[in-house]
Amino acid sequence: MSESLEKVKAPSEPLFSKKNKKLITDPLSDNNPITIQVLGICSALAITVQVEQAFFMSASVLFVLIFGNLSISLLRNLIPSRVRIIVQLVVVASLVIIVNEVLQAFVPDVSEKLSVFVGLIITNCIIMGRFEAFAMGNKPWPSVLDAVGNAVGYAWILLVVAIFREVLGSGKFWGMEILPQGFYEMGYMNNNLMILPPMALIVVGIIIWIQRSKNPSLVEEH
Amino acid sequence: MAINKESNAYTFGFSILLVIVVGAILSSLSLGLKPLKDKNAEVKKQIDILNAIGVDADRSNALELYTQYVGNNTFVVSVQGEKLEGEDAFALDVQKQHRDKTITEDARKFPVFVANKEGQTMYVLPTVGKGLWGPIWGFVAVGEDMETIVGASFDHKTETPGLGAEIKNTSFEEQYIGAKMTSNITVVKDGSGKLDAQKVDGITGGTITSKGVEEMMNRTMAVYAAYFSKTKI
Repeated sequence: MSESLEKVKAPSEPLFSKKNKKLITDPLSDNNPITIQVLGICSALAITVQVEQAFFMSASVLFVLIFGNLSISLLRNLIPSRVRIIVQLVVVASLVIIVNEVLQAFVPDVSEKLSVFVGLIITNCIIMGRFEAFAMGNKPWPSVLDAVGNAVGYAWILLVVAIFREVLGSGKFWGMEILPQGFYEMGYMNNNLMILPPMALIVVGIIIWIQRSKNPSLVEEH
Repeated sequence: MAINKESNAYTFGFSILLVIVVGAILSSLSLGLKPLKDKNAEVKKQIDILNAIGVDADRSNALELYTQYVGNNTFVVSVQGEKLEGEDAFALDVQKQHRDKTITEDARKFPVFVANKEGQTMYVLPTVGKGLWGPIWGFVAVGEDMETIVGASFDHKTETPGLGAEIKNTSFEEQYIGAKMTSNITVVKDGSGKLDAQKVDGITGGTITSKGVEEMMNRTMAVYAAYFSKTKI
């Protein structure tokens, strides 16, 4: 009941008001889930060896986060608070199963490469974090925007890391050779270190470094 | 509407409803996509068989290459190494058969895919076993002499990446090339695999998976060897 009253009272807020825009732009830089909140690091390490995998992982997270935030936000006044975490888990788990089934049916090769990591979206802290911190207390539209912002914020870091790792590590982009053969004849070699998981952390670390030196207010006081 | 959302009845009601709705959505989706997934699994099997005889294939050309190299040249043998008539080798799911406890070991059936690559006959033999976490399987190609292994490709469902999952690496698979499938092939840990064709270096940190490969290879190859010894003479 209270919800419908509110809607009548405040219909004037434009879809992309300043406040709503901030929901999208904030997670892209100043409140990025990976570099600032340091969430979702596990998948940033695991599936950034190739750009293709990182792309499909990002797309899956985008899908799960948008529909998850939307359904949690729609249900927020119905969910009994004692079982809310379990309800959130059920929502994220079923969305992930949907993603997994669709990948298996339509892009089986990608599904094989992502293997267990699709399932691990369930435990991606970004998703449960957004459900609990945002969707439980906000209306559907801002929740969708928040989901888009956070998923894209997650995606661009993933893609940047993946581009570095694939180009430097195997001389390819999206599985295609991009470095001219002449390079190798001159003695250039692919850096195998880039393929190993620790390099993902180092690349993320460099991104964090650049980001904080550009915006010193992000540096934590100790 | 005065519903006490903190009451047990509401909590239970909500949970039950949620589970029913979610369950219905997921099961109908899974059933709806099943034909597509089955088709994918079929193509994957063709790719695996082609890989075992050293032919690179992807999803777009698998059917064409499979028809070219193997086609309908398949048959099924029994545990005793007798050729069975009227069986569809490609449709025979050896993994399901391995899992199904109602099928006794004596009743298991073993498909053979006869490939013809550049005038050479190769026998592709599927094999199934247990890894550490789940099933492992492979396809072994045996040459014209019906005993020397000329190619092998292994795969797994849930082995640990970097450890047991390494069985699908070419470097591990290639160790089987040149071995005779008529006698035991042992997986060793002392690094002597390079020296002896009948020995294969196991994977560091993947002992149980390596041992699983050894067990499944020796068990299934013995059956095929029995069949070959009968047909050779």
